[in-house]
Amino acid sequence: LGESFGDNHYLELCESPVQFENASAVNNVFFDEANKQVFAVRSGGATGVVVKGPDDKNSIAFRMDDKGEVKCIKFSFENKILAVQRTSKSVVFPDKRSLKLLKSQSINVNWYMYCPETSVILLSTTVQGNVLQPFAFKNGTMSKMSKFEIELPAVPKPAKLSLSERDIAVATIYGQLYVMYLKHHSRTANSPGAEVVLYHLPREGPCKKTHTLKLNTTGKFALNVVDNLVVVHHQSSQTSFIFDIKMKDPDSTLNIHLPVLPPWSIHPYKIPLTGTSCYSSTWSVFQPDIIISASEGYLWHLQVKLQPVVNLLQDKGKLMDFLLRRRDCKMVILSVCSQMLIKGDKGNLPVVATVFDKLSQVYKEYLEAEQSYTTAVESGASRASTVHKRPVRTQAVIDQSDMYTHVLSTFTERKDSSHKFVIAVLMEYIRSLNQFQITVQHYLYELVIKTLVQHNLFYMLHQFLQYHVLSDSKPLACLLLSLESTYPPAHQLSLDMLKRLSTANDEIVEVLLSKQQVLGALRFVRSVGGHDNISARKFLDAARQTKDQMLFYTIFRFFEQRNQRLRGSPSFTPGEHCEEHVAFFKQLFGEQALMKPVTV
Amino acid sequence: MDECFFIFVEAHLFFALQGTWHVITVYYREEHFHSKISLMLMISPRMATGMQEKQYSPSLLSFFIYNPKFGPREGEEEKKILFYHPSEVEKNEKIRNVGLCEAIVQFTRTFCPSKPAKSLHTQKNRQFFFEPEENFWIVMVVRNPMVEKANKEGRPAATEYQEEELLDNVYGAVLQQCYSMYKLFNGTFGRAMEAGAVELLTQKLEKFFYRYLQTLHLQSCDLLDVFGGISFFPLDKMTYLKIQSFVNRVEESLSLIKYTTFLYNDQLIWSSLEQDDMRILYKYLTTSLFPRHSEPELAGRDSPLRPEVAGNLLHYGRFLTGPTNLKDPDAKFRFPRIFVNSSDGYEELHLIVYKAMSAAVCFMISASEELGREFCEQLDGLVGPQLTLLASDICEQYNINRRISGPEKEPQFKFIYFNHMNLAEKSTIHMRKTASVSLTSVHPDLMKILGDIHADFVRVDEDEEIIVKAMTDYWVVGKKSDQRELYVILNQKNANLIEVNEEVKRLCATQFNNIFFLD
Repeated sequence: LGESFGDNHYLELCESPVQFENASAVNNVFFDEANKQVFAVRSGGATGVVVKGPDDKNSIAFRMDDKGEVKCIKFSFENKILAVQRTSKSVVFPDKRSLKLLKSQSINVNWYMYCPETSVILLSTTVQGNVLQPFAFKNGTMSKMSKFEIELPAVPKPAKLSLSERDIAVATIYGQLYVMYLKHHSRTANSPGAEVVLYHLPREGPCKKTHTLKLNTTGKFALNVVDNLVVVHHQSSQTSFIFDIKMKDPDSTLNIHLPVLPPWSIHPYKIPLTGTSCYSSTWSVFQPDIIISASEGYLWHLQVKLQPVVNLLQDKGKLMDFLLRRRDCKMVILSVCSQMLIKGDKGNLPVVATVFDKLSQVYKEYLEAEQSYTTAVESGASRASTVHKRPVRTQAVIDQSDMYTHVLSTFTERKDSSHKFVIAVLMEYIRSLNQFQITVQHYLYELVIKTLVQHNLFYMLHQFLQYHVLSDSKPLACLLLSLESTYPPAHQLSLDMLKRLSTANDEIVEVLLSKQQVLGALRFVRSVGGHDNISARKFLDAARQTKDQMLFYTIFRFFEQRNQRLRGSPSFTPGEHCEEHVAFFKQLFGEQALMKPVTV
Repeated sequence: MDECFFIFVEAHLFFALQGTWHVITVYYREEHFHSKISLMLMISPRMATGMQEKQYSPSLLSFFIYNPKFGPREGEEEKKILFYHPSEVEKNEKIRNVGLCEAIVQFTRTFCPSKPAKSLHTQKNRQFFFEPEENFWIVMVVRNPMVEKANKEGRPAATEYQEEELLDNVYGAVLQQCYSMYKLFNGTFGRAMEAGAVELLTQKLEKFFYRYLQTLHLQSCDLLDVFGGISFFPLDKMTYLKIQSFVNRVEESLSLIKYTTFLYNDQLIWSSLEQDDMRILYKYLTTSLFPRHSEPELAGRDSPLRPEVAGNLLHYGRFLTGPTNLKDPDAKFRFPRIFVNSSDGYEELHLIVYKAMSAAVCFMISASEELGREFCEQLDGLVGPQLTLLASDICEQYNINRRISGPEKEPQFKFIYFNHMNLAEKSTIHMRKTASVSLTSVHPDLMKILGDIHADFVRVDEDEEIIVKAMTDYWVVGKKSDQRELYVILNQKNANLIEVNEEVKRLCATQFNNIFFLD
């Protein structure tokens, strides 16, 4: 991200474009949208055909006989079959192949458009061309989907073909198929400019007009879809607009969208020798994100850069919404979080809260999906019919450890942030997690405690613990124990916590013994019913250390009674290693003080 | 059963001294290692006597403050006296009384230089001494309660002073509270001396104690005065975090605010003020400020949320200190000033108390800041709506929690709990405190037993348990575990020691299961 501040180019062309021989009098260039391959055909193929795909590093090169001008050239899937079109009514396969007619539909078609991602073909029908008939191909069958009509800005009289394929694009946005219609400015209607109208084309059911993207300008436009954003290039201003159909204007129920950001040009791409290039008239735009400059011999993928967006979208809530829907968002989001904590403007906390809540929401949704996947797998393992898909963890899932590592731990260590603000931010994050019922990890609590202790705010810490804001855990209880020397009440807080955990009885005994509260420890063990299993030696050791003879007597007598009850004799077994204590007892109180075996 | 009991009787020094009480102290040891449990049987003569008598509660006879260094020479004794109540007492008598106290303190100091005398018991009254700052002595003289026996044959009524009724620890604590309250609003005596010598100090003492002493209700002082605890409002984690969020936001927007405390139903939820300062501020709020403002509050509570005044007031927020009505063009923007401890001595603060429904927030701002209309309007506009919303949230959440726990979990036990660590107190014995008196639901004699048990606890460091059999089927149990004390009053016909012990165990298991409380 070593870009200078103020670089607002939020769109860029990919760094490693596909390069091919530029179009010229002797070199024809073709693009196949299905395989995203560029064909450079020199002299009708006689001096060579070079095919380059977006991913494959090795280009395919071959020759074929020049049998006239090539109108179109394509490979089949996995480059198995080559098809060449030289006349408007014939397609030639260099290998001998036969075709079989599977199904035929009789429709008057003005033009067609094919979407390779979804295997859907759109046919333009009727005189005006604005009734579109989609077909879906699946497993070798072709099924007719319900047709729909594109609303034209004005109905021409007499009727003539009014919908051009140039104004239609098909793309998948947020997993749904949309037909995008570039509706040009109409002189008659009182609209201020062109707009892009989105028709949602579901697998089943009727197609519906769902979104309107306002351009508020006129001229030549081209459409791309990048990272689920609709990008509209405007040639005359050499800028591009981006729209996010999930970003709703709260005041509007009509799904009318304005550009997310002010229009900006694509980051200029430096081409060696010829200089920079952008919005050239020789550019061709293909779905979803391809821009080809045939005259210069480049194929680029369009990309969204998120860092400039941070400066352009002032509203942090909107910014988070926007970023959370982008693919490579994690580090940008984390840097936004860090940034907003550094600035520390007045009235910043409500913003911090909003941002945290948005992160928590996405995080919670993922946790829930994961949870229901786990339960589904566990319960329905036998039923093979239902295939459970493990939820995908996108970059937008930012968990507590991400926040801790990249944002909070560095933030709390900054010298220039006031402790009041640090604590407020940490509490706000804990509140947000709680609000979404996400279990807070103890290292966040430790961060809170560390900060409070650093500033001697023990009373605040005490109150947080009193209201169980810092949830109980063994690590936390141990941390509290370690604070006892600087803050004595931490001892009580720690014991309370261990007690509530109910799995930490051994720890409680150790704590009490370390405080020489031998009797207390013994009473506690008895109250939880563990007094038959404890080590007599451990308690006798502790009792002897107190140098309180009566206490030693009491503890010794307790274990004699336990021996009597468990084994029918008050004496200790060699395995208990209490000989030393028996001798000490005799020395203090005399042999006759030892308990006599009771025979029942 | 393998448990065996050893019961032996032992004279118990403390109670034996009290003469009129029949005391049997029973040490009972279970399995040899149960910590000391004392059992006492008490028969109070008062409980047993008939109705033909008139009771007089303890009352304040005099209250004075002196410094022996201020008039060391003969003839200048009056200079020692900084404050004397009642003021109409004749000068020589004042001097005599101060002189006596001085002599007692000096004399007893020879026996124990580190711990000077704290009280003097006489037949008619009891005097309490307290030296809060070097050479400054506060003395409170309380008249012992009296019984006036009506006489059938027309002879003058006989008055009998009950010399042993007052508890030193209770009234000693009341005296210390007097000083703490003075210090909260005026700073130390030393501060006044620095600022304006004896003249200023006597002026301040006069101004403060003239009013404060009228609010002392010596007849209803009890164990709770000794603890000086804070009642915390029970709240779920989420609502608590919302309050945190609210406080942090307000402190961020109004950066003048140094400390904030949040209370609901007169119970504390949050304080960024340190514990010792909070303790006395809490006392002031709950016994003085809130009761004075409770009337309009009660009137508005049942009405649904609605704009109070036509205009922009869409909330219930109002100032309890400072301006009573922001709309009033002549409104005064003066707030009481308080003194709290800080790293470098003390700091002086404006005390803004703002309330919406049952939620009250105190904002404290350095006294060097000028607070005017603009600030108050800003605070009102920011805090009022949020606090109103929060108050109704808390109320709703509280009702939900109460419904979940159910009425059967409401304690049928009468108990007082206190934790020295966080000053948390809880009492099911005391009714809602009013401005004048704190009402208790048990007989004063039982309250006195609680005080006696506490005095016993103070003398030993170890955990202890004392069970007292009082008259009329009452049992009083005191438990001390680490820094916590619990006092339970049980009334069960023909209950024996084991049953009482079991009952208290059950109480601990239901009421105190989330803390480490040895049983």
